[in-house]
Amino acid sequence: MPETSSNLLTVRNLKIEATSYPPGEPPKRITIVDGVSFDLQKGRVLGLIGESGAGKSTIGLSALAYGRGGAEITGGEVILNGTNILALGKGGIRKVRGARVCYVAQSAAAAFNPAHRLGDQVIEASVKHGLMTKEEARKRALYLFRVLGLPNPETFGDRFPHQVSGGQLQRAMTAMALCPNPELIVFDEPTTALDVTTQIDVLAAIKHAIEETDTAALYITHDLAVVAQISDDIMVLRHGRTVEYGSVKQIIEAPTQDYTRALVNVRQTARQEAPDQSKPLLKVDNVSAQYSNGFKVLHGVSLHLCKGQTLAIVGESGSGKSTLARVVTGLLPPSEGGITFDGKPLTPALKNRPREDLRRIQLIYQMADTAMNPRQTVRDIIGRPLAFYDGLRGAAKTARVKELLDQIEMGNGFIDRYPAELSGGQKQRVAIARALAARPELILCDEPTSALDPLVAEGILKLLMKLQEEQQLSYVFITHDIAIVRAIADSVAVMHRGRLVRFGPKSQALSPPFDDYTDLLLKSVPEMEIGWLERVLNTRRMESAGN
Amino acid sequence: MSNSTETESLPGQRFRERFPLLALVIERMLLSVLLLFAVSVLIFGGVEALPGDFASTYLGQSATPQAVANIRAELGLDRPLVTRYFEWLGGAVQGDFGTSWASRNSVSEQVGNRLGNSLFLAGFAAVIAVPLAVGLGMLSVHFRDRLPDKIINVISLAAISLPEFFIGYLLILYFAVNFGVATFPATVFEGMGLIERIKAIALPTATLVLVVLAHMMRMTRAAILSVMSSAYMETAELKGLSAWRAIVKHAAPNALAPIINVVALNLAYLVVGVVVVEVVFVYPGMGQYMVDAVTVRDMPVVQACGLIFAAVYIFLNMLADILAIVANPRLRHPR
Amino acid sequence: MRLRDISITAWIGMIGIALALICAVFAPLIAPYGETEVVGGVWQEADAQFFFGLDNLGRDILSRLIYGARTTLFVALAATVISFSLGILLSFIAAVSGGVIDTVFSRFNDLMMSIPTLIFALVVLAVLPQHLVVLILVMAILDSTRVYRLGRAVALDVAVMEFVEAARLRGEGTTWIIFREILPNTLSPLLAEFGLRFAFSILFLSTLSFLGLGIQPPTADWGGMVKENKDGIIFGISAALVPGSAIAALAVCVNLVVDWLLKRTSSLKGGRGDA
Repeated sequence: MPETSSNLLTVRNLKIEATSYPPGEPPKRITIVDGVSFDLQKGRVLGLIGESGAGKSTIGLSALAYGRGGAEITGGEVILNGTNILALGKGGIRKVRGARVCYVAQSAAAAFNPAHRLGDQVIEASVKHGLMTKEEARKRALYLFRVLGLPNPETFGDRFPHQVSGGQLQRAMTAMALCPNPELIVFDEPTTALDVTTQIDVLAAIKHAIEETDTAALYITHDLAVVAQISDDIMVLRHGRTVEYGSVKQIIEAPTQDYTRALVNVRQTARQEAPDQSKPLLKVDNVSAQYSNGFKVLHGVSLHLCKGQTLAIVGESGSGKSTLARVVTGLLPPSEGGITFDGKPLTPALKNRPREDLRRIQLIYQMADTAMNPRQTVRDIIGRPLAFYDGLRGAAKTARVKELLDQIEMGNGFIDRYPAELSGGQKQRVAIARALAARPELILCDEPTSALDPLVAEGILKLLMKLQEEQQLSYVFITHDIAIVRAIADSVAVMHRGRLVRFGPKSQALSPPFDDYTDLLLKSVPEMEIGWLERVLNTRRMESAGN
Repeated sequence: MSNSTETESLPGQRFRERFPLLALVIERMLLSVLLLFAVSVLIFGGVEALPGDFASTYLGQSATPQAVANIRAELGLDRPLVTRYFEWLGGAVQGDFGTSWASRNSVSEQVGNRLGNSLFLAGFAAVIAVPLAVGLGMLSVHFRDRLPDKIINVISLAAISLPEFFIGYLLILYFAVNFGVATFPATVFEGMGLIERIKAIALPTATLVLVVLAHMMRMTRAAILSVMSSAYMETAELKGLSAWRAIVKHAAPNALAPIINVVALNLAYLVVGVVVVEVVFVYPGMGQYMVDAVTVRDMPVVQACGLIFAAVYIFLNMLADILAIVANPRLRHPR
Repeated sequence: MRLRDISITAWIGMIGIALALICAVFAPLIAPYGETEVVGGVWQEADAQFFFGLDNLGRDILSRLIYGARTTLFVALAATVISFSLGILLSFIAAVSGGVIDTVFSRFNDLMMSIPTLIFALVVLAVLPQHLVVLILVMAILDSTRVYRLGRAVALDVAVMEFVEAARLRGEGTTWIIFREILPNTLSPLLAEFGLRFAFSILFLSTLSFLGLGIQPPTADWGGMVKENKDGIIFGISAALVPGSAIAALAVCVNLVVDWLLKRTSSLKGGRGDA
């Protein structure tokens, strides 16, 4: 693209490197970003999208000439309104940061100083850079609090960071970035740490504020559906390089690269649900549970799952969906109610449960990283359940481990590797093999794909479905992702604040009429469709006007 | 199944919700009192439970059964343990620690004088060591991973490896014996002027400062570094604030609590360091008193000194915790 | 791990420790004179025959230093090994069991730690008979409180990891969880802590001996040698500083190795995946 004078920000051939310290090896230079170029005009939003490790945050921070955690910008140019900010000295770059370019971090909770009031932190940069007086800055902060829809804008600034909610903090951070009237704001995954129902409000607030103040923005996220709502252009990144760069319309509707196409098309197929059966494999009957401090986390939950089927449990963080899995495993015995497995009541507490019952119910974790002992090889990890439950030793055990590696579509060459030598997807596959080694009937899957990149996640889901068909496995699949539910579930349970708000076959559970919460949840999940956010907001406005 | 976890109606709970800061401080104080009580049981009861008969030790070679029985009766060792414990504790609370077996004098009188001397020495050392350590810690952070930091690191590493008595004798040899600029032994007596007194304790103070300085400095450095690496310091940098403002306005308020904690912990360490230093410099303080008593197995003195040292230690630790609680903005400004 | 990855300071530390160990093991072969042999005048000056001079009774300081390495290292090492085994075992049991066991162990440990170590040792040694085994046990038990605190923190860090939960869900017993799941993942910080405790034991033993409560004469021991020769200081005789330097040098060496171990551990944890 030719360089035009109307460009606010021009990045040319950006190269960013860092030194990594692999255990037991000499330090290595690694390239985080290589040959990335883009342009951004005044008042426009560019979305940077990619998996973790794609280098998108690093690129965002380069607009402030900042390298996080030892990252160094070693090549290229970052031109802001005609000046290469990489060439500015320490003093020069300080005048850019917080005045002309501002940053909104993923975790506002950590990014705000716990010792100062929010209002003081919001106006600090504007006042210190001499852009406005304290009075003017306070007035502007109040205006921004209003624009961003914060509660009690007059007194909001008097609060300390720990006194407000996560969604409000994220909006306060946006206010902090907007306060000095910057030319450019870098949003670094500002809604990733939030629940979907909160995310939509923050997203709407950010979009509204950007439009109001006519600021340009770099919007960094891993969620294509989110970035489609807020950006004018999108750059798709992978391994620190540009995959595709174009307008939102082109990227969403006519992607040219396979990788982009895969991102856009992920999980748009739905599976036919199996019919309900009279004799369920797992039956949760009016179960309540509380922590040892007396805090009640589950309130009278009843649901069931039939053999060879998948029950998806959906909810936001704190809804009790993972707790329900812990209750089934016996890690947290129920305070009321009971669980029946294969027609027989299940011993409530783990330590009293017969080994045979432990074998029949297995759990797969969200983070395969922490779910496997880093000091054990794949052979030990998969082999231990074989030795423990079936008493397999030596050659018989090795043969069975190899068989299991085949089932999870990994070669025998992996048998002597440590988890650190595997990719994220391979680790999750090994975790699945460890569960399979116990010859289970029920596998509880606690968000097994949410920490993985979309394409890898798709592979894991396919593997799980293949195994289900081959071995008549039953899954309880915990997730916050409605698209996954549509793809794999037979029945669906929706949870909210420790209560079951909806349960039934997928076709019924995900069709109207909805209860209020399910309605809100389904409407809050961003869809891969330009204009989705406006549509939802308009519907909301009409509904509230109608009331 | 019962479900009676409703605790909101309890008055303690309500108090805690309204004044969380005060509640935590009071809780911490009560814990210290409890701890001190437990320590007294340990020092008195534990000592009694251990093998070894005081009466025969007391008499040494000349122990005939009759003499042992007489001595036991005289020292009150023939009465039940629990009775003796509560008498001892009752006395201790009122400042009466009984009579020394060795000198037959009141323990309290001796302790009174010597405690003052020890606290003076430790306090004087603290006044010098604390600002020095915090200052050096900040310097070290400022020059992080550069030459001054590395030099400070190596020297402090060496310093924490030096035994107190080694530093003490080194100082004596050079400053008192070879150059004659300081006095040894560090004799102090009642009615001595303040200047004289400070002159007398110059070397023991220097020893204590050196002993505690390295520890305190290293911990200060670690505390500040952990604050400097937090996300809000990145925010400050990305706001384009000057390094000075970032440190004063954003790092300092958060580093205060950990630094206070470091200081209090090291003051507690000083209390113990004083024991060896007093023996080295023949300084008439609590430490020397206790070591002498241990050598001759003068139990009332040992128990009294043990309890007092423990009490000072517990008090300083409590102070550290309370200051950390008060310095925490989350507790100072509840939701 | 390759040899060239070891820093220079760590090398210095290891050589120093090795030197002390050689002295300790081969003392009778290396030492020019006997441990308690009087070979000349009181506090005789150092010369070609007596490298460090003679002590307060006319014994060769170099020989006593070499024999002293034996006592000092043995007692400090024995105390550290016992304190470490005790502390780690109890702390891991507490961390894995949780609940009442954890609370009882930890509260009792807090109680023990609320009395300064030296003061506690003084009180206990005032009562107990003077004996080498008693000394080692007192040092070990008092020191194990520190090991316990670190061990519990380290073990809890690992015990909350999901692979430990996975082992529990499999039905594994406490022994398996401690030795197969937790221990292999805590070796690095524990090794550093062992060094730290060893350095502390050397200093602590020397302090006790210096106060006259540790190793009893005429057995040579570095702290005791300082005590024996301390009166020479006022006459400008530096005999007491020789064993003092030995203690300091050994402690510095151990700390150098520990410092390197700790840095290595922390770079393993935080050095990667920041991109």
